[in-house]
Amino acid sequence: MRIYFLPILLLTSYSLFSQICDYTLMGLVTDFHDGSVLVGSTIIVAGTERSFVTDFDGKFIIPDLCNETYSIQVSHPYCLTKGFRVTVSGNMAETFKLEHHLDELNEITVNGKVLSNQSKTFQENIINKDELERYSSGSLGDALSSLSGVSSLNTGNTVIKPMINGLHSSRVVIINNGVRMEDQEWGAEHAPNVDINAISRLSLIKGAGALQYSGDAIGGVIIAEAAKAPFKDSLFGKTQLGAASNGRGIFFNSELTKSYDTGWHTTLQGSMKQFGDFETADYKLSNTGVYERNAFLKFGLNTFDYGFEALYSFFKNEIGILKASHLGSAQDLFRAIESDSPLVVNEFSYDIDAPKQDITHHLARIKAHKRLGDFGKLKFQYDYQKNKRLEFDIRRGSDRGKASLDLELDTHTLMLDLDVKASDQSNFKVGFMGSHQKNFAKNTGVRRLIPDYDKYDFGAYVIGDYLADEQWLFEVGARFDHTTMNVFKFYRTSFWESRNYNQQFSELVVEDFGTQILTNPKLDFNNSSGTIGIVNSFDEKHKMYFNYSLTSRIPNPSELFSEGLHHSASRIELGDLSFDSEIGHKLSFTLERKDDKFSYSINPFINNISNFIVIEPVSTTNTIRGTFQVWEYRQTSAQLLGVDFNASYIINKLVQFNHQLSIVKGQDKTQDEALINMPPVNTTNEIVYYNNKYRNLQLSLQSKYVFRQNEFPETNFEVYIPNTETFEMVEVSSPPPAYHLLDFNSTIDFDFSERSTLTLGFQVTNLLNVSFRNYLNRLRLFADDLGRNFLLNIKLKY
Amino acid sequence: MKDIYLLPALLFTLLLLGSCSSDDDTPELVNEEELITTLTVTLVPEGGGTSITLTTQDLDGDGPNEPIISVSSNLSAGVTYNGSISLLNETESPAENITEEVEEEADEHQFFYTIGSGLAITATATNFDSDGNALGTEFSLVAVDTSTGLLTFTLRHEPNKPADNLATAGGETDIEATFTVTVE
Repeated sequence: MRIYFLPILLLTSYSLFSQICDYTLMGLVTDFHDGSVLVGSTIIVAGTERSFVTDFDGKFIIPDLCNETYSIQVSHPYCLTKGFRVTVSGNMAETFKLEHHLDELNEITVNGKVLSNQSKTFQENIINKDELERYSSGSLGDALSSLSGVSSLNTGNTVIKPMINGLHSSRVVIINNGVRMEDQEWGAEHAPNVDINAISRLSLIKGAGALQYSGDAIGGVIIAEAAKAPFKDSLFGKTQLGAASNGRGIFFNSELTKSYDTGWHTTLQGSMKQFGDFETADYKLSNTGVYERNAFLKFGLNTFDYGFEALYSFFKNEIGILKASHLGSAQDLFRAIESDSPLVVNEFSYDIDAPKQDITHHLARIKAHKRLGDFGKLKFQYDYQKNKRLEFDIRRGSDRGKASLDLELDTHTLMLDLDVKASDQSNFKVGFMGSHQKNFAKNTGVRRLIPDYDKYDFGAYVIGDYLADEQWLFEVGARFDHTTMNVFKFYRTSFWESRNYNQQFSELVVEDFGTQILTNPKLDFNNSSGTIGIVNSFDEKHKMYFNYSLTSRIPNPSELFSEGLHHSASRIELGDLSFDSEIGHKLSFTLERKDDKFSYSINPFINNISNFIVIEPVSTTNTIRGTFQVWEYRQTSAQLLGVDFNASYIINKLVQFNHQLSIVKGQDKTQDEALINMPPVNTTNEIVYYNNKYRNLQLSLQSKYVFRQNEFPETNFEVYIPNTETFEMVEVSSPPPAYHLLDFNSTIDFDFSERSTLTLGFQVTNLLNVSFRNYLNRLRLFADDLGRNFLLNIKLKY
Repeated sequence: MKDIYLLPALLFTLLLLGSCSSDDDTPELVNEEELITTLTVTLVPEGGGTSITLTTQDLDGDGPNEPIISVSSNLSAGVTYNGSISLLNETESPAENITEEVEEEADEHQFFYTIGSGLAITATATNFDSDGNALGTEFSLVAVDTSTGLLTFTLRHEPNKPADNLATAGGETDIEATFTVTVE
């Protein structure tokens, strides 16, 4: 999109009393950013029909000028034409700096260019708009899973949590249009509150490649961005409509952008999605519907040296959770696991009953930037997010229909950044961030899962890069964060005493209510993080990336404060108030080849994490409701080792073969056992037919093979079953067998009118209608995964 | 350049001020509303005599303390007892009677009686929901012969009604209380 540029020029002469018209203007047109000359710009002197073109040195000469004011128009094949008024007085020579990379004015550029928002020394994994449109009916997590090294931790098939090289939730940071998502992301069953249809580009960094937003991305960073408005007069948009057989779902998305050559632009987008009960190859998954509504509005002004943008997005999602997964005790869990099909299977319905989630997320952001000439650019951003999370369980009496969990999370963030262009070869950026977050847990008649707290974060970072020559690029970054949490937490007296907190933390007690104690923990964390990266482009086809990142993550509220029954998991979870920050050291190396015929990338990595927080079963406890397994968080040393491999081979002009393989192994070094929920080895092979001569017809067949996870901590336990009078093994940790899925995808374009294109898409997922269970689906204990799905998608671009 | 340093300082000060003004009200105490802490089974011998009570009490809910279980006395062989079950939430004061809630939603609840091998008794529900399916907060228990064994009371929420045994009942377990009972 390096399309537009606006040149300036100047005339020279010296003044005389009479009208002498033999003055010469010698001009040089250069790029405002890097000083490089701009070749082939056309300069027209208005009213004279005289035109000139800059030479290979970016220079031009206009002879025979008078001492008067001229209107001069400058144009370039990739730039926006712009006029200037120039007053001539004698011969002169001057340099004119022009805006060539106008796409960068949009600031959300992440394409590894000068002063982009993310590291240049990480290999970038991108999903572009066309690929994203394939997932319009799905979620962010679905789209991300198509990248190698990314899997997803699912709760059913609508709560999809992205997992990068085996890590997820608080260890994966999502940046949505420049705003770090704060949407109770610590929860493994809390999906990201991002509308996939509002995104035009999704990129992934498997490391801490976005230090200006965070230093705690132990797993990685996901950057989602809306489309950038072009710098010209235009009005365009698209509308998508689709239907899916599985879940009998429909979805709709529409967007419209209006832009002006003055730099003003505005975009409006909305989408809706509704599905009823999904089904496996053999049965219906009762109460798994989903109803999502989103809206997005953006407007702003971009000019040569300043600009602003305001953005608001609204996300609302109601998600049904498989009825058969709502359980009481471990005895119930045993029954559910032993049964081949879910214990509750009802008629198809679009109704979403308890258990369910109802989430609303508002995101508002304003940002502005001002160029400081050659020096660099100053940027300011303020954003506000309001996340409302309601979770409904099956309740009794007057509480029926009332949420069990009602959390309100408000986050305000201010960011100030200065991008400096130190020389042609080096840039650096420095910035500050301050944020305040308030979590409020409403009284629902169920004890709070996470407590009320106020959190303050102050961060500062500096990142610099140095392009040594055409081969070597170096990048170094560092960040410091100070975080304070002021928490009000009710503990059960029996737990407080059993943990010996009454000795250790007696000063935290605010009030004793008998069975519960109100405490006021105040936690402080000082975290450092940093990255070092090197890229070596050792020939035209090959590149090597080397990265080291240090990340520090403060324990999340559930790791610190959990203390009670987690209904959806049918287990008691206990946090620990005395946890320290997790510290990750990740080393990764990538060898990349890009070629017309054969391309590949191989990316081995090692991630050593100290104070790694894991949750694992420690015992069982009897309650009046029956037996429950008790899971406790603890800190350990962990190591993740793995490799991601991608390859593509272009067989001929029409046919391409793609391959992906991901392996990750997670080990708890202290206990010398495997880490839980590590993605099993998986490989994807795809054959794509694409004919750009015939209506962009694209056909692809994809095979995905997922091996059985053989490395897992064995946490099965025995429970007494009264009606059989036996002790039975509850197989909570046993992984399901390997499986193989085939997907078919096709799209074709039709010219709808002169300026619009109609694209028809037809997809079949799980073509062979295989019954399978996914180790990384939390509901795998209760039901199979999705059966075959036919999906029809109509898109009109205008 | 001065502005560049002033601006963040100003903004962060504003942020701090804004944040600090947020009220520091302590949160409201949440008493678990649907918690059942206590189950009491009262067995009244037909034709008179001393009632027998079986009680299990777990005041900290899913906290670390185990329930306290007690049986007041042994059953007598050959006697038929009129049984009734009472459920309380004793974390509230006065204690909340949960039995009433369960009986109001009779069609969504059912008590099951599981008699361990060796224990020679029978138990049959004597109260029903509006569809005529067993509810079981009242029941009739016959102590057939001298014996000892386990007697388990299970309350299921949203079982598949009618259901005659636990294995096929489905639903979510609200209570599971096991007592060692002796018939003499």
